[in-house]
Amino acid sequence: MTIQEVVQIVDARVLCGEDKLFREITTACGADLMSDVLAFVKDNTVLITGLTNMHVMRTAEMLDIHCVIFARGKLPQEEILQEAQKLGIVVLSTRHTTYTTCGLLYQAGIRGTEKSNPA
Amino acid sequence: MEEIALVDTYQVRPGDFRTAGEAAASIKRKLKQLGINSAVLRRISVASYEAELNLIIHSFGGSLTMEMTPVELRLYSRDIGPGIADVDKAMEEGYSTASEEARDLGFGAGMGLPNMRRNADAFRIQSKVGKGTTIEMCFALQPAAEGSR
Repeated sequence: MTIQEVVQIVDARVLCGEDKLFREITTACGADLMSDVLAFVKDNTVLITGLTNMHVMRTAEMLDIHCVIFARGKLPQEEILQEAQKLGIVVLSTRHTTYTTCGLLYQAGIRGTEKSNPA
Repeated sequence: MEEIALVDTYQVRPGDFRTAGEAAASIKRKLKQLGINSAVLRRISVASYEAELNLIIHSFGGSLTMEMTPVELRLYSRDIGPGIADVDKAMEEGYSTASEEARDLGFGAGMGLPNMRRNADAFRIQSKVGKGTTIEMCFALQPAAEGSR
Protein backbone atom coordinates (compact mmCIF):
# COMPACT_ATOMS: atom_id res chain seq x y z
CA MET A 1 0.00 0.00 0.00
CA THR A 2 1.05 3.61 -0.27
CA ILE A 3 1.99 5.88 2.62
CA GLN A 4 -1.19 7.83 1.82
CA GLU A 5 -3.22 4.72 2.68
CA VAL A 6 -1.20 4.27 5.88
CA VAL A 7 -2.11 7.85 6.84
CA GLN A 8 -5.80 7.03 6.48
CA ILE A 9 -5.66 3.66 8.25
CA VAL A 10 -3.92 4.94 11.38
CA ASP A 11 -5.56 8.37 11.22
CA ALA A 12 -2.21 10.14 11.16
CA ARG A 13 -1.01 13.67 10.79
CA VAL A 14 1.71 14.22 8.21
CA LEU A 15 4.54 16.11 9.92
CA CYS A 16 6.88 16.10 6.94
CA GLY A 17 7.21 14.60 3.48
CA GLU A 18 3.76 15.55 2.11
CA ASP A 19 5.12 15.17 -1.41
CA LYS A 20 6.21 11.55 -0.88
CA LEU A 21 2.95 9.91 0.18
CA PHE A 22 2.79 7.92 -3.05
CA ARG A 23 5.64 5.66 -1.88
CA GLU A 24 4.99 1.96 -1.37
CA ILE A 25 5.06 0.23 2.02
CA THR A 26 5.23 -3.56 2.18
CA THR A 27 6.29 -4.40 5.75
CA ALA A 28 6.24 -2.79 9.18
CA CYS A 29 8.33 -2.82 12.32
CA GLY A 30 7.17 -1.57 15.73
CA ALA A 31 9.96 -0.95 18.25
CA ASP A 32 11.45 1.53 20.66
CA LEU A 33 14.76 -0.26 20.64
CA MET A 34 16.67 0.94 17.61
CA SER A 35 19.07 -2.00 18.06
CA ASP A 36 16.17 -4.32 17.28
CA VAL A 37 15.15 -2.24 14.29
CA LEU A 38 18.69 -2.54 12.94
CA ALA A 39 18.44 -6.32 13.18
CA PHE A 40 15.08 -6.87 11.55
CA VAL A 41 14.32 -4.46 8.75
CA LYS A 42 13.63 -5.24 5.10
CA ASP A 43 12.80 -3.16 2.03
CA ASN A 44 9.94 -0.65 2.06
CA THR A 45 9.42 -0.87 5.79
CA VAL A 46 7.47 1.60 7.88
CA LEU A 47 8.78 2.09 11.40
CA ILE A 48 6.31 2.63 14.26
CA THR A 49 7.93 3.92 17.43
CA GLY A 50 7.38 5.85 20.63
CA LEU A 51 10.97 7.09 20.63
CA THR A 52 11.37 10.61 19.29
CA ASN A 53 15.10 11.32 19.33
CA MET A 54 17.58 11.85 16.51
CA HIS A 55 18.66 8.21 16.54
CA VAL A 56 15.33 7.24 15.04
CA MET A 57 16.18 9.29 11.93
CA ARG A 58 19.77 8.02 11.87
CA THR A 59 18.53 4.43 12.09
CA ALA A 60 15.96 5.09 9.36
CA GLU A 61 18.66 6.57 7.15
CA MET A 62 20.93 3.54 7.60
CA LEU A 63 18.14 1.14 6.66
CA ASP A 64 16.52 3.15 3.85
CA ILE A 65 13.30 3.42 5.88
CA HIS A 66 11.16 5.99 4.06
CA CYS A 67 8.38 6.39 6.62
CA VAL A 68 8.37 6.76 10.42
CA ILE A 69 5.21 6.88 12.53
CA PHE A 70 5.37 8.36 16.03
CA ALA A 71 2.74 6.70 18.17
CA ARG A 72 0.62 7.98 21.04
CA GLY A 73 0.46 11.50 19.63
CA LYS A 74 4.13 12.14 20.18
CA LEU A 75 5.69 15.05 18.36
CA PRO A 76 9.41 15.20 17.73
CA GLN A 77 11.46 18.36 18.10
CA GLU A 78 11.84 20.63 15.13
CA GLU A 79 15.48 19.66 14.49
CA ILE A 80 14.41 16.03 14.08
CA LEU A 81 11.82 16.98 11.48
CA GLN A 82 14.41 19.11 9.69
CA GLU A 83 16.73 16.10 9.53
CA ALA A 84 13.88 13.92 8.22
CA GLN A 85 13.15 16.52 5.58
CA LYS A 86 16.80 16.54 4.56
CA LEU A 87 16.87 12.75 4.32
CA GLY A 88 13.56 12.52 2.45
CA ILE A 89 11.82 10.56 5.20
CA VAL A 90 8.06 10.89 5.64
CA VAL A 91 7.16 11.48 9.29
CA LEU A 92 3.68 10.77 10.63
CA SER A 93 2.12 11.14 14.06
CA THR A 94 -0.86 9.14 15.24
CA ARG A 95 -2.87 9.37 18.47
CA HIS A 96 -2.99 5.54 18.63
CA THR A 97 -0.55 3.56 20.78
CA THR A 98 2.24 1.56 19.12
CA TYR A 99 0.24 -1.63 19.72
CA THR A 100 -2.93 -0.31 18.13
CA THR A 101 -1.08 1.30 15.22
CA CYS A 102 0.62 -2.03 14.46
CA GLY A 103 -2.73 -3.83 14.80
CA LEU A 104 -4.47 -1.52 12.37
CA LEU A 105 -1.74 -1.95 9.76
CA TYR A 106 -1.64 -5.72 10.28
CA GLN A 107 -5.39 -5.87 9.78
CA ALA A 108 -4.93 -3.99 6.53
CA GLY A 109 -2.48 -6.64 5.30
CA ILE A 110 0.91 -5.23 6.26
CA ARG A 111 3.08 -7.96 7.77
CA GLY A 112 6.07 -7.73 10.07
CA THR A 113 9.79 -7.98 9.39
CA GLU A 114 10.17 -11.24 11.28
CA LYS A 115 13.16 -12.68 9.54
CA SER A 116 16.41 -11.21 10.69
CA ASN A 117 18.30 -9.02 8.35
CA PRO A 118 19.80 -9.91 5.93
CA ALA A 119 17.40 -12.67 4.90
CA MET B 1 50.30 -4.66 -4.78
CA GLU B 2 46.67 -4.54 -3.85
CA GLU B 3 44.75 -1.64 -5.25
CA ILE B 4 42.94 0.35 -2.57
CA ALA B 5 40.60 2.82 -4.20
CA LEU B 6 39.43 4.62 -1.10
CA VAL B 7 40.48 4.96 2.53
CA ASP B 8 38.69 7.00 5.14
CA THR B 9 39.06 7.21 8.89
CA TYR B 10 36.63 8.73 11.38
CA GLN B 11 37.51 9.47 14.99
CA VAL B 12 34.78 8.50 17.43
CA ARG B 13 34.58 10.13 20.85
CA PRO B 14 33.38 8.17 23.88
CA GLY B 15 29.96 9.13 25.25
CA ASP B 16 29.22 11.52 22.39
CA PHE B 17 25.65 10.41 21.75
CA ARG B 18 24.76 13.70 20.09
CA THR B 19 26.85 12.98 17.00
CA ALA B 20 26.25 9.23 17.02
CA GLY B 21 25.73 7.96 13.52
CA GLU B 22 27.55 10.76 11.73
CA ALA B 23 30.49 8.59 10.73
CA ALA B 24 28.22 5.79 9.52
CA ALA B 25 26.03 8.27 7.65
CA SER B 26 29.06 9.79 6.00
CA ILE B 27 30.32 6.36 4.94
CA LYS B 28 26.90 5.52 3.53
CA ARG B 29 26.63 8.75 1.52
CA LYS B 30 30.10 8.30 0.07
CA LEU B 31 29.48 4.72 -0.97
CA LYS B 32 26.08 5.58 -2.38
CA GLN B 33 27.70 8.14 -4.65
CA LEU B 34 30.02 5.41 -5.88
CA GLY B 35 27.00 3.35 -6.90
CA ILE B 36 27.46 0.39 -4.55
CA ASN B 37 24.69 -2.22 -4.77
CA SER B 38 21.94 -1.10 -2.38
CA ALA B 39 21.53 -4.39 -0.51
CA VAL B 40 25.27 -4.56 0.15
CA LEU B 41 25.27 -0.88 1.09
CA ARG B 42 22.56 -1.43 3.68
CA ARG B 43 24.55 -4.22 5.32
CA ILE B 44 27.63 -2.00 5.39
CA SER B 45 25.55 0.86 6.85
CA VAL B 46 24.06 -1.24 9.64
CA ALA B 47 27.44 -2.72 10.56
CA SER B 48 29.22 0.64 10.56
CA TYR B 49 26.44 2.27 12.60
CA GLU B 50 26.59 -0.54 15.17
CA ALA B 51 30.37 -0.28 15.31
CA GLU B 52 30.22 3.49 15.77
CA LEU B 53 27.60 3.15 18.53
CA ASN B 54 29.71 0.54 20.30
CA LEU B 55 32.68 2.90 20.28
CA ILE B 56 30.52 5.67 21.77
CA ILE B 57 28.82 3.47 24.35
CA HIS B 58 31.71 1.28 25.46
CA SER B 59 35.12 2.57 24.43
CA PHE B 60 37.59 5.10 25.82
CA GLY B 61 37.73 6.44 22.26
CA GLY B 62 38.52 4.96 18.90
CA SER B 63 38.18 5.12 15.17
CA LEU B 64 36.26 3.68 12.30
CA THR B 65 38.13 3.09 9.06
CA MET B 66 36.82 1.99 5.70
CA GLU B 67 39.02 0.67 2.98
CA MET B 68 37.69 -0.10 -0.45
CA THR B 69 39.26 -2.26 -3.11
CA PRO B 70 37.70 -3.09 -6.48
CA VAL B 71 36.20 -6.28 -5.00
CA GLU B 72 35.50 -5.64 -1.36
CA LEU B 73 34.97 -3.11 1.37
CA ARG B 74 36.64 -3.51 4.75
CA LEU B 75 35.58 -1.83 7.93
CA TYR B 76 37.89 -1.57 10.90
CA SER B 77 36.83 -0.48 14.37
CA ARG B 78 39.75 0.16 16.69
CA ASP B 79 39.68 1.49 20.21
CA ILE B 80 42.07 2.20 23.05
CA GLY B 81 40.16 0.27 25.69
CA PRO B 82 38.82 -0.89 28.01
CA GLY B 83 38.74 -4.23 26.15
CA ILE B 84 36.21 -7.04 26.46
CA ALA B 85 36.78 -9.61 29.20
CA ASP B 86 34.62 -12.34 27.65
CA VAL B 87 34.32 -11.96 23.89
CA ASP B 88 32.16 -15.09 23.48
CA LYS B 89 29.66 -13.69 25.95
CA ALA B 90 29.67 -10.30 24.19
CA MET B 91 28.87 -12.04 20.91
CA GLU B 92 25.67 -13.52 22.37
CA GLU B 93 22.44 -11.83 21.33
CA GLY B 94 20.89 -9.95 24.21
CA TYR B 95 24.00 -9.70 26.35
CA SER B 96 24.83 -6.07 27.06
CA THR B 97 26.80 -3.96 29.49
CA ALA B 98 25.50 -0.67 28.09
CA SER B 99 24.74 2.27 30.36
CA GLU B 100 21.30 3.50 31.31
CA GLU B 101 21.89 6.53 29.08
CA ALA B 102 22.47 4.34 26.03
CA ARG B 103 19.37 2.30 26.79
CA ASP B 104 17.23 5.40 27.15
CA LEU B 105 18.22 6.38 23.64
CA GLY B 106 17.08 3.05 22.23
CA PHE B 107 20.37 1.17 22.25
CA GLY B 108 22.16 -1.37 24.36
CA ALA B 109 19.94 -4.30 23.45
CA GLY B 110 22.92 -6.59 23.14
CA MET B 111 22.50 -6.86 19.38
CA GLY B 112 25.46 -4.80 18.22
CA LEU B 113 28.20 -7.38 17.78
CA PRO B 114 25.86 -10.18 16.61
CA ASN B 115 24.35 -7.76 14.14
CA MET B 116 27.76 -6.81 12.78
CA ARG B 117 28.68 -10.47 12.35
CA ARG B 118 25.38 -11.22 10.63
CA ASN B 119 25.72 -8.39 8.14
CA ALA B 120 29.37 -8.85 7.23
CA ASP B 121 30.70 -11.51 4.87
CA ALA B 122 33.67 -11.96 7.17
CA PHE B 123 33.97 -10.84 10.77
CA ARG B 124 36.86 -10.93 13.21
CA ILE B 125 37.18 -9.53 16.69
CA GLN B 126 40.20 -9.31 18.91
CA SER B 127 40.14 -7.85 22.36
CA LYS B 128 42.40 -7.53 25.33
CA VAL B 129 41.40 -6.03 28.66
CA GLY B 130 43.51 -2.97 29.35
CA LYS B 131 44.52 -2.71 25.69
CA GLY B 132 41.44 -2.39 23.50
CA THR B 133 39.32 -4.01 20.85
CA THR B 134 39.76 -4.37 17.11
CA ILE B 135 36.99 -5.49 14.81
CA GLU B 136 37.53 -6.26 11.17
CA MET B 137 34.67 -6.77 8.75
CA CYS B 138 34.66 -7.52 5.03
CA PHE B 139 31.86 -7.05 2.53
CA ALA B 140 31.99 -8.41 -1.02
CA LEU B 141 30.93 -5.65 -3.37
CA GLN B 142 29.53 -8.04 -5.97
CA PRO B 143 25.74 -8.38 -5.62
CA ALA B 144 26.09 -11.99 -6.79
CA ALA B 145 26.94 -12.90 -3.21
CA GLU B 146 23.48 -11.82 -2.05
CA GLY B 147 21.65 -14.88 -3.35
CA SER B 148 23.73 -17.28 -1.32
CA ARG B 149 23.21 -15.45 1.96
